[in-house]
Amino acid sequence: MKSAFNVRHLVSVLLVAGLLLLPLYSHLTGNVFVLTLFTRIVILALAAASLNLIMGYGGMMSFGHAAYLGIGGYAVGILAQEGIGSGFVQFPVALAVSAFYALVIGALSLRTRGVYFIMITLAFAQMAYYVASGLARYGGDDGLTIYKRSDFAGLINPGNRVQFYYLCLACLLVVVFLIWRIVNSRFGLVVQGLRSNEQRMQAIGFPGTRYRLVCFVIAGTMCGLAGALLANNTDFVSPAVMYWTRSGDLMVMVILGGMGTLFGPVIGAVAYLVLEELLSQVTEYWALIMGPLLLLIVLFGRGGIMGLLGRLSRG
Amino acid sequence: MAEPLLRVEKLVRRFGGIIATDHVTLEVPRGELHAIIGPNGAGKTTLIGQLTGHLMPHSGSIHLAGRDISRLPAYRRSALGLARSFQITCLLADFTAADNVALAAQARAGHSFRFFGDARKERGLREAAMSALERVGLADRAGVVVSRLSHGEQRELELAVALATKPQLLLLDEPMAGLGITESARMVRLLSDLRKEVTIVLVEHDMEAVFALADRISVLVYGRVIASGTPDAIRQNEEVKRAYLGDQHVVVRHG
Repeated sequence: MKSAFNVRHLVSVLLVAGLLLLPLYSHLTGNVFVLTLFTRIVILALAAASLNLIMGYGGMMSFGHAAYLGIGGYAVGILAQEGIGSGFVQFPVALAVSAFYALVIGALSLRTRGVYFIMITLAFAQMAYYVASGLARYGGDDGLTIYKRSDFAGLINPGNRVQFYYLCLACLLVVVFLIWRIVNSRFGLVVQGLRSNEQRMQAIGFPGTRYRLVCFVIAGTMCGLAGALLANNTDFVSPAVMYWTRSGDLMVMVILGGMGTLFGPVIGAVAYLVLEELLSQVTEYWALIMGPLLLLIVLFGRGGIMGLLGRLSRG
Repeated sequence: MAEPLLRVEKLVRRFGGIIATDHVTLEVPRGELHAIIGPNGAGKTTLIGQLTGHLMPHSGSIHLAGRDISRLPAYRRSALGLARSFQITCLLADFTAADNVALAAQARAGHSFRFFGDARKERGLREAAMSALERVGLADRAGVVVSRLSHGEQRELELAVALATKPQLLLLDEPMAGLGITESARMVRLLSDLRKEVTIVLVEHDMEAVFALADRISVLVYGRVIASGTPDAIRQNEEVKRAYLGDQHVVVRHG
């Protein structure tokens, strides 16, 4: 058990170190593309980490998590369109709207369990997708181009690749740190207890839905941050980021990396997106290889990459 | 007469055409160990479900320490001092024994909307957990994950969890279920100890245990209480003998 913990620890530390040093590598080799790729990876890792909070720790299989990517993104895009370019306005608004959306959706969908919860979160995310498609003023189906990235009054320049990368990485690390504190706190133990056995938790006096809802809102807010960053990264936001397949991608990252582990979703996001990139360079039909590969990992690698690492060091 | 700790009045619960709880009236004064017995299908589990709030009665009322709790959800009743153990072990299987009990203590230690401090390092909660574990003889198993505990240990842990919520009233739903002879004997000793501290309603199949422990016994048959009284009175009761004790289902074990 102890050594398993250490190997996982080591991999996590190496991963963070690698992410921190990546701009240096990019600079030395002149490979700009790798920095662009990893900026996107870091942002989606943040989204996956937030999904892991409800899915891995809370046992809430939300199939609509990409909705927050869109909501955070549209908050930035719409404000930019309307001439409000300050990041100090855009980002708080993105977080607040995401939190509000999570509160409403959570209050409605957390009455259900299991498959019904999956379907209802999916349905709400698809609703958000169609609402965004109908926003004619903001590009509708075609999406909305953001002509100017969030302005942080000279503190950080999101237009600078390296600075923006570090902004995203800092957000990711702060979110992972917060999740680490949360899952070990009183609140986190209650949420994990509810995942394990709701009837028992009610019998000792915990009103389950209330704690689940707060957890759902925290995760949604965190993912809204990822959405705001993603819009800045692509200078563009469109309904497509909310499509259900995107929610599925996030779920795959979490499961691939290891549900309910702190760095699992980050490793999952890196593995999934790097693999996608490499395979798509080899063949147009990369999904044909990716699919069976994921199937194998889910079938034989219970607990994802983190689970495999644990078993390797024990065996 | 003082208000009894638990007062159940004319409780009715139907499932379709079947009346599982048929105008049940019960009073349990503070400090009593009250046993509920009855053959299979008598409605014991349905009654317990209504007392704990997992099932809502169709009519009638339940009062705890004078307060009407008939319509309160389970978690509110727990907060008012009603704890239960489950007939089929119901624990957080992937948590350690200590975590299970500490969470129960946490439920009584203010709200749990605390997001930052490490709950496993809160001394108050850990100490409460350890003392409840010691109470049931599981102190040396504190760090073991529940799924690795034996069945007997899990039954004892159920009790520790219930105790950690500092209950006024303990509802025990067949605490001896599935226990071997030595484990049962341990449980009886434990209960005869606990009864000095807390009022207990005990639903149990083990007749030897029931007659050894109970101050009073209520006999449930087809959802109705057909008799209620001291163990001696129940033994003598003709209706009970006819309906239940004379039955070959009853195993009065000796030794």
